Amino acid sequence: MKRVLDRAQFALLVVAVAATIATHLPHLPAWLAPALALAIGLRVGWRRGHPGSVRAILRLPLAAALLVAVVGEYGNVFGRDPGSAFGCGLLALKLLETETPRDARVALAFCAFVLMSALLFEQGLPFTLLVCAVLILQVAALNRLEPAPLPGRQPLWRSLALAARLALVATPLALVGFVLVPRLGTPLWGSPGSDGLGRTGLADSMAPGQFNDLMLDDSPALRVTFDAALPPPSAQYFRTLVLSDFDGTTWTRVMSGLRHAPRPVQAGSGQRYDYRITLEPSRQRWLPALDVPVSVPAGAVLAGDDTLIANLPVTQPREYAVTSISGGRDVESLPGYLRQRLLRLPPDVGLRARALAAQWRAEAGNDAGVVERALALFRSDFSYTLSPPLLGRDSIDEFLFDTRSGFCEHYASAFVFLMRAAGIPARVATGYQGGWWSGAGGYLLVRQSDAHAWAEIWRDGVGWLRVDPTAAVAPQRIDLGARQVNDAPKWTQAGWVRALRNHVDLVNRWWTQGVVRFDALRQRALLSEFGISHNEHGDLLLMLAGALALLMLLATVWALHATRDRSGDALDRVWRRLRRDLARAGVASRDCDGPSTLWQRVRDIDAELARSLQPVIDAYARLRYGVARPDDGEVARLSLNARQWSRQRLQRRRLARCLQSVAAATGINTALHRGRS
Amino acid sequence: MPRVLAAMRSRLLAVAERRLPALTRLRLPEPVPLTLHRRRIYVLPTAFGLGFAVLLLVMLLGALNYGNNPALLLTCLIGGIVGASLFAGFHALHGLRLLQLHAPEMHAGARAVLGLRFDPAARSRPGLRLRHDNEELGFALPAVPTVVELPWTAPGRGWQRCGRLRLWTEYPLGLFDIWSWVNPAPAFLVYPALEADAPPLPEGQGAIGERARHGDDEELAGLRDYRSNDARRLIAWKASLRHDHLLVREVEPRAGLALTLDYDRLHGLGHEARIRRLAAWVVAADAQAASYTLRLPDSCLGPARGAEHRRECLRALALLPAAEAVP
Repeated sequence: MKRVLDRAQFALLVVAVAATIATHLPHLPAWLAPALALAIGLRVGWRRGHPGSVRAILRLPLAAALLVAVVGEYGNVFGRDPGSAFGCGLLALKLLETETPRDARVALAFCAFVLMSALLFEQGLPFTLLVCAVLILQVAALNRLEPAPLPGRQPLWRSLALAARLALVATPLALVGFVLVPRLGTPLWGSPGSDGLGRTGLADSMAPGQFNDLMLDDSPALRVTFDAALPPPSAQYFRTLVLSDFDGTTWTRVMSGLRHAPRPVQAGSGQRYDYRITLEPSRQRWLPALDVPVSVPAGAVLAGDDTLIANLPVTQPREYAVTSISGGRDVESLPGYLRQRLLRLPPDVGLRARALAAQWRAEAGNDAGVVERALALFRSDFSYTLSPPLLGRDSIDEFLFDTRSGFCEHYASAFVFLMRAAGIPARVATGYQGGWWSGAGGYLLVRQSDAHAWAEIWRDGVGWLRVDPTAAVAPQRIDLGARQVNDAPKWTQAGWVRALRNHVDLVNRWWTQGVVRFDALRQRALLSEFGISHNEHGDLLLMLAGALALLMLLATVWALHATRDRSGDALDRVWRRLRRDLARAGVASRDCDGPSTLWQRVRDIDAELARSLQPVIDAYARLRYGVARPDDGEVARLSLNARQWSRQRLQRRRLARCLQSVAAATGINTALHRGRS
Repeated sequence: MPRVLAAMRSRLLAVAERRLPALTRLRLPEPVPLTLHRRRIYVLPTAFGLGFAVLLLVMLLGALNYGNNPALLLTCLIGGIVGASLFAGFHALHGLRLLQLHAPEMHAGARAVLGLRFDPAARSRPGLRLRHDNEELGFALPAVPTVVELPWTAPGRGWQRCGRLRLWTEYPLGLFDIWSWVNPAPAFLVYPALEADAPPLPEGQGAIGERARHGDDEELAGLRDYRSNDARRLIAWKASLRHDHLLVREVEPRAGLALTLDYDRLHGLGHEARIRRLAAWVVAADAQAASYTLRLPDSCLGPARGAEHRRECLRALALLPAAEAVP
């Protein structure tokens, strides 16, 4: 007999499949999602009138078309993106032929696989919780396939509740597995993270006005914990990139050589900071750090412009410890070729600015005077805004003499231009400035919106100096952070929303640190906290087996635990317990036995025992049949008496019976032996 | 090919049961009530369960390879759900009691419905299934003792047991097959099969009572109160209307014409064939509310009529010894 899915089963299956595909929506090609929705919708509508699976003559061309379309979109079907698109398509096509519970089970198993692949794209806590919810839907659909549900009006609700309960029970098992499964040191195939997750972040070029999008992106960029006290806002400059080439509109990065040793800094000068950064995936290789890093984390190198560069793009959250010195005096001098490059300006651009710089140079005579004049100019009547007027071809002159409003990029760009025009080697530095200090978490949360650009100038005898022209225009940008200053028309930037988001970030950080970043090293560190220092793979597997066995044992105890009958009132429970005790002592009785019948059964076995039981039986009969509503106190007294009687009179009988059965068992064994021989 | 496989399977099973009674257990009938306790419940993964395990392994490898911890956590969670479903399934079967079996009157070879009364031990149990011979049925038990109806065709006459039942479940996710064999001892009395197209009743018969039925004046016929096993055509509808309760015409027995169904007079038939014909005649005579006598090699029943007599006759026929035992 072949069972066919009923309508409710099929509907739940469709919902589970649709929810699974929905977890992939953000990255599916634009044509695929509507096509799949159409296919599923048609199938559901069609099945209503025409039960039976869609014919193979229709299904096979559809599958072929899917394959061709995916290959056309991505070039192949292997890899993360094309693979997941193809999987989603196959899942929807599977619905076309699903008619029996067997088909539905296969479809749901495949669903679980496709669901897991969604986690390759996004690993945040909210998304993971969403995936878990979809998993519960799938388990409920699987449960719904079982024949003969309990009669009742809400089988769907029952299935969902069962699935949620199973997931809840499975959680300890899942955690044990998660902590103890040995992690792979090197991947078995592919390179992990070659298709990791990327975000928009800093770019390696800067044209004024470009940060705009970044300034509105509230997602975390990095989190920093300091070994000592938090540096003041004026020191919280996380240098990420140095841009030194200018073509009139855009500053670009120049690959400088690598340093074999950190930049030498005069002993005793500057402030030393030891800190640890957790960087969100950026798909780029640069690692932000405070001013001058004097230690290089593993898996990274130090570039000639004192920025840290990772060996591989950051596709997973990455944690690294750095020591930096801020405000130290340089020992080296600037090589001639570098000085040339840092003074180079594009021709035919910013002619008025050049004239102004030349005028300052003539008036002031020294570098400090030029810098002071430039900052004074900005302080005079420039304004800070996130929505500045668009600039034309000659961005420097237009900004300096016409629009006079902009944000950090404009100021950094114009300032560096002026410095070079005045003969001072200068470059643009980009990175992040400031952040939100989480007192509870003890870390500094730096968001993408904290992106910043500033200038660095070279002064002979002093070295590289950080100058932030934005601070001259809008000092609060530096002291209070980007959010306080940037115009915030959206309701999402209301104060309480920001506070809430900052607190939610605490949970996100915990998730990133505790779960997403839980690699072999952390596993080792966690276990050694419990005093387990030798944790090779074999030991981990052994521990895993032990923990699983323990959990299985607990589950077995639960499964073997007979369900208590909780029906009836307190008096019924007294009666049931008495009968159970008697049954253990060898006096069998039946459900239909009344008090006197039970008493007779006891008497048949042991008259003395029956006599002692008489008061208990009488009291029960009187309470059960003699009064309309038994008094609680009397029931409690009877309960106590019955229990005492059982303990005093039945204990010995039970022991004797136990011994007897042991003797009988050994007797049987001996008989068996005799029979064999 | 499937037939060969099935034959091989049953032969293997027979060998296993002979050699390993403790493992295959319950070859022997056991008295009810019986409880499904842990020692008689067996668990194996289903084909789907095995496939799912392979899938989980692939997911685990993928998650480890890409160092994707949320995916690993999801895989572990699914693994945990698989484990929990095993215990939930075991829990669904464990502690179930078969209280009693009952059967209606039935003839060999005819389909009947057995009633199996289960005590679910104070918790509801969905998704249970029962297989017996080729019958398979799914049922759910609410938390109170419930009767489950199992279609059954008795193979022969006499005292018959229903044989071994496979009580199983794949609850809750279809990943594990959890089963227990049940071979209840109670036997049912199965009446002989009725001969199909049996010849008409011997000597005339069966006509007793026709006079009263066709009597012109109904008042003349004796009337008595309806009893539950009276034939419907004997009801005196008009008289019943007048008296507000059902009345039946008294049919007068005619001693001289009494019907005799004699085993020894059925020459030329085998032992079992005679029994089948006699059973068919008994049923036919009873349907006509005739009075009849059943003569068997070692006993004689009747003359009498009515349901009680019919039952006695069929019982005597059912319990006749098999052919070789008849002298």
